[in-house]
Amino acid sequence: MRGRMGTLARHALLLALAALYLYPVALMVVGSLKPDALVLPELATWRGLFPREVSLQNYRDVFERVDFLRFLGNSAWIAGATVVLGLAVNAPAGYALARLRWRARRRVLAFALALLVIPFEAVAVPLFFQVSWLGWRDTYTAQIVPFAANAFSIYLFYSFFLDLPRSLEEAARVDGAGPLRTFLLVVLPNARPALATCAVLTFLTQWGSFLWPLMVTSGERVRPLPVALAAFHTLPPLAWGDILAFAVMMVAPVVALFVLFQRWFVKGAAYTGPRSGQSRGAAQRPQEGRPDDV
Amino acid sequence: MPATAERAEARAAWLLSAPALLGLALFLALPFALAVALSFTNLRLGSPLPLELVGLEQYARVLADARFRQALGNNLVFAAVVVPVQTACALGLALLLHGRLRARALYRAAFFLPVVFPLALVAVLWVLLYAPGPGGLVNRALALLTLGHWTPRDFLHDPAWALPAIMVTSIWQGVGFQMVILLAGLQGIPRHLYEAAALDGAGRWARFRHVTLPGLRNPLVFTALVTTILAFRLFDQVRIMTRGGPAGATTTVVHEIFEAAYVRAQAARASAMTVIFFLIVLAITLLQRRLAAHRRWAG
Repeated sequence: MRGRMGTLARHALLLALAALYLYPVALMVVGSLKPDALVLPELATWRGLFPREVSLQNYRDVFERVDFLRFLGNSAWIAGATVVLGLAVNAPAGYALARLRWRARRRVLAFALALLVIPFEAVAVPLFFQVSWLGWRDTYTAQIVPFAANAFSIYLFYSFFLDLPRSLEEAARVDGAGPLRTFLLVVLPNARPALATCAVLTFLTQWGSFLWPLMVTSGERVRPLPVALAAFHTLPPLAWGDILAFAVMMVAPVVALFVLFQRWFVKGAAYTGPRSGQSRGAAQRPQEGRPDDV
Repeated sequence: MPATAERAEARAAWLLSAPALLGLALFLALPFALAVALSFTNLRLGSPLPLELVGLEQYARVLADARFRQALGNNLVFAAVVVPVQTACALGLALLLHGRLRARALYRAAFFLPVVFPLALVAVLWVLLYAPGPGGLVNRALALLTLGHWTPRDFLHDPAWALPAIMVTSIWQGVGFQMVILLAGLQGIPRHLYEAAALDGAGRWARFRHVTLPGLRNPLVFTALVTTILAFRLFDQVRIMTRGGPAGATTTVVHEIFEAAYVRAQAARASAMTVIFFLIVLAITLLQRRLAAHRRWAG
């Protein structure tokens, strides 16, 4: 597709596809501002996007009908705490596996990597029994603590630290700093890309988590947004304007984060993919300054 | 290196990795072992029967269960349709975005946006789009496309249409993720390969066939198999859009696990299903590692 016409055609095609693709999102936002009774009847007309009147009534209705702020706070606390705890336990583990010399290193690494293949759904049921036995049902703890240590995050930090130039650490070592000090004061401040990527992935997973909170929460006290939305969507009377207002408020924080930190979101997705170029996986030694054009 | 420094380093390594290892052991390895152990028993919560080892009986029951087989079949159909369609769409988008293009980041963001949406939200939104009657968006769109030859239907309550409806929703939500990975893969293909191919007189199709596709081998294998695994983990959309209905037309393995464990308190039965589910995911993962281990491109 070379030449001016080619470029124009390409833009036209992309614009049309993007508009079609985001049409449901636009309907969601506009619908949340329309009178309840008009959302469904006008959905497939041009009034779906260009309403006669807009108001924030649906948003007020949501706050009146359910304790939205509680759900929002619950989700924020669960996702935020998991991110902080996750970084605190997974980054040091990744560092120890990538850079320190200890006898069990290979076996521990194999253990962590082997656990990568276990999807959460394969432990949900027994974990539910475990959590019940611990008396953690209907708690934040049950929704935070089991998700702090994460095999994928460890792997992510491990491969990041493998690729980090050694010169910084060596300088610190020469100055007499031990491994713990070196990690905290020299390595961690230089690990921002990995920390950000890991934080974003953890946050997204927890913000959207549905199956687990559906199992461990029975009341509204510690219920997070996705489960609350599913319940709200079947709560009579059926009012699509209210449901869409709930949905918009639920997704707004993630979209705001996405707009601000798009780079890390996309990098996070790409990071889960196979590593491009020559440096593939753990076997290779670090190469300095790997271009990161993701 | 002196022995004391070596010991200090080993101590530091254990200290740094202990919290994460403890977490993995307690909340991943242990429950997984528990699932395997429970699957050989007759445990049913609240049942007066004494706990017994029953060998493979639970597995025999699960595999003979028509509903579970239906769920497995639904997962297979879902994967068989969604994986190729979604991969093809993602590849098309990635190719459109590749190369010199103004505002690429904006386009990419547009197609990536639903990836950050919680699945529960996506499911609820599409329940609205699939609204029955001529006023529903999807019904209306199909009526326009077929020039009025479309009879409006209630997609999510129609045994023939409920699963395809969930497939479309899932593709819409997930295609951006694949697109981003394939786009990164495209950018990783060395430019000189294209130049060499052009010098050899290769046309656009030949370049795509002999440079782009082989160069994308690993990202393609990766995205296809990750999507396959996601197809077998399907739950949120099903729970919210159809609850597995109508008549099991959209139930999935994970949905059956949930129903058995949580609704019917059949701990052992659900554990056996869990182990079967894990074996499927494991097989797909091993297949991926085998396929991806091959060389990327010569030279």
